Amino acid sequence: MESLEVLRSNLLSPIVLAFALGMIATFIKSDLRFPEGLYTGLSMYLLFSIGLKGGVELSDTPLREFWLPALSTIALGLITPAIAYAAARKIGRLDVPNSAALAAHYGSVSAVTFIAATMLMQRLQTPYEGFMPTLVALLEIPAILVALLIASRAMKRRTLGAAMREVLAGRTILLLLGGLVIGLFSGREGVAPVAPLFFDLFRGALTLFLLEMGMITARRLIEVRSVGPFIFGFAILAPVLFGAMGVACGLLSGLSPGGAAVLGAMAASASYIAAPAAVRIALPEANPSLYLTATLGITFPFNLSVGIPLYLWLANQLAGFTV
Amino acid sequence: MNTHAIKKVTIIAESVLELKIIEDIKRLGAKGYTLIEVRGEGTKGRHASDWAGNSVKIETLVTDLVAEAILQRMADEYFEYYAIVAFVENVTVVRQEKFS
Repeated sequence: MESLEVLRSNLLSPIVLAFALGMIATFIKSDLRFPEGLYTGLSMYLLFSIGLKGGVELSDTPLREFWLPALSTIALGLITPAIAYAAARKIGRLDVPNSAALAAHYGSVSAVTFIAATMLMQRLQTPYEGFMPTLVALLEIPAILVALLIASRAMKRRTLGAAMREVLAGRTILLLLGGLVIGLFSGREGVAPVAPLFFDLFRGALTLFLLEMGMITARRLIEVRSVGPFIFGFAILAPVLFGAMGVACGLLSGLSPGGAAVLGAMAASASYIAAPAAVRIALPEANPSLYLTATLGITFPFNLSVGIPLYLWLANQLAGFTV
Repeated sequence: MNTHAIKKVTIIAESVLELKIIEDIKRLGAKGYTLIEVRGEGTKGRHASDWAGNSVKIETLVTDLVAEAILQRMADEYFEYYAIVAFVENVTVVRQEKFS
């Protein structure tokens, strides 16, 4: 399919349109408001579902297909926060806590961006590896660790313990890893009876979730003017660079172009559930409106609209060279 | 009726602090607390509730000394960087021994 056609198909998908509707709702000051707890409930459902799905796929993936992509995912999780930190310090001239906060967010992964990428692959009937959710879990943790480690060395302070607890016991990892393990142990047949709830209703729930995400993003967008040109540029360029690195790592470790594009979207995305909680505890000096405006206000909508099709295009171009 | 004057400490904080604050006030001598989720806006902007849920309001009935210790602890640990307020009111209770 033509790249422009892919872009059009992505922009006119229900999830992207629901996201736009959420943004409009906020801009026109609609009284639309999700009932208490629905957002948290939906995010729990989505995380647990992708965990389950990934576990089932992993249960019939041979180890030799999996270990190389897993290793390169961890490598991405270690390298991208270091680049983000250096860029924020040297180019952005931000202080240590704010640079490390950005590094933790941009090195880590956004589960919803990952899901959106897999949705586009499904709509275009581009195959991708089923074990990708396992890679989401692998990409989530190292970057937060690296960023907080850099910060605690630069600031000569020990805050890593509490933050690690926050990440490891936090709901993102618990549900994602928990779902993976349950899917892995119970296998395809075992999961079949619960599939109607967790797999069949998944896209509908995702659409609703993105409606709320649209409202959250729009509220963050209102603050964009206060964050300055560096953050704005960073929030667009970092995903493009990390996305390209993710695509390249994916192809080199043997993923299909679809899988490499999904890995690209994962590397390009910025965490906004696990990282913010950990950063708030470990680096209270960092300004939340800086990193949340960057991740939620700019990077997330960028990836959702233009980024994901871009990584797929890149994966298809590069795949020609590596084979 | 036998009534006594004691203090009510109210703390409104972003929800990442919930567990830490509860730990603090118990350690400093509070015998119990009431917690509700709240929404609001302050000098640190709209309370950053997008990922971690609403802010929390924690109320506890304590002696004068404990009230002071709690305020001191909040000031030392959290006031600088977090979205948090804490204040003390005089209240009247029966069963003073329940709170001290």
